[in-house]
Amino acid sequence: MLIGRVIGEVVATQKHPSHEGRKVLLVQPLNLDGSDRGDAVLALDAVDAGIGDRILLATDGWAASSAAGRPQSPIDMAVIGFIDQVDVIPGVS
Amino acid sequence: MFLGRVVGSLWATQKNPQLEGLRFLLVQPLTPELKITGKRLICADSTGAGAGELVYWVRGREAGMPFLPRQVPSDATIVGIVDEVQVKRPC
Repeated sequence: MLIGRVIGEVVATQKHPSHEGRKVLLVQPLNLDGSDRGDAVLALDAVDAGIGDRILLATDGWAASSAAGRPQSPIDMAVIGFIDQVDVIPGVS
Repeated sequence: MFLGRVVGSLWATQKNPQLEGLRFLLVQPLTPELKITGKRLICADSTGAGAGELVYWVRGREAGMPFLPRQVPSDATIVGIVDEVQVKRPC
């Protein structure tokens, strides 16, 4: 799983039926220091997240599709939680 | 899932029998701002997307799911045609 920030949404009329009724969110994965980690990705919303939210991103198909309640579906990423706080233990690497 | 644009198509006469009848499209990955990022790849298509269209695709094992119960050995499949991208990055 990764930490990410919701930066937008895509609108798609024609899409796989398993994506109906859920938002397809644009998520920017983040490093622990808050900087961008690679390119933004698209993830199915499983928690009703919105733009600006710091979220937990599942990046594996089984995790993502079962979290979205749609197993056996073409879903490889999903927003599965909101992040309140991250504590990094100092001096441990 | 990832955002991209259809920039071509691919034909393969001789292929795995489970791939029979599938369309293969060449996809250029894009950022949310629609700038080119990364290398082009081949995706199977489950949506009827055409040249120049903005699409999104899934990768990995889930790329075979749109074709169930057929066991299609695809590792990247287009699953949506994008009408609109709304982006708002923090300043």
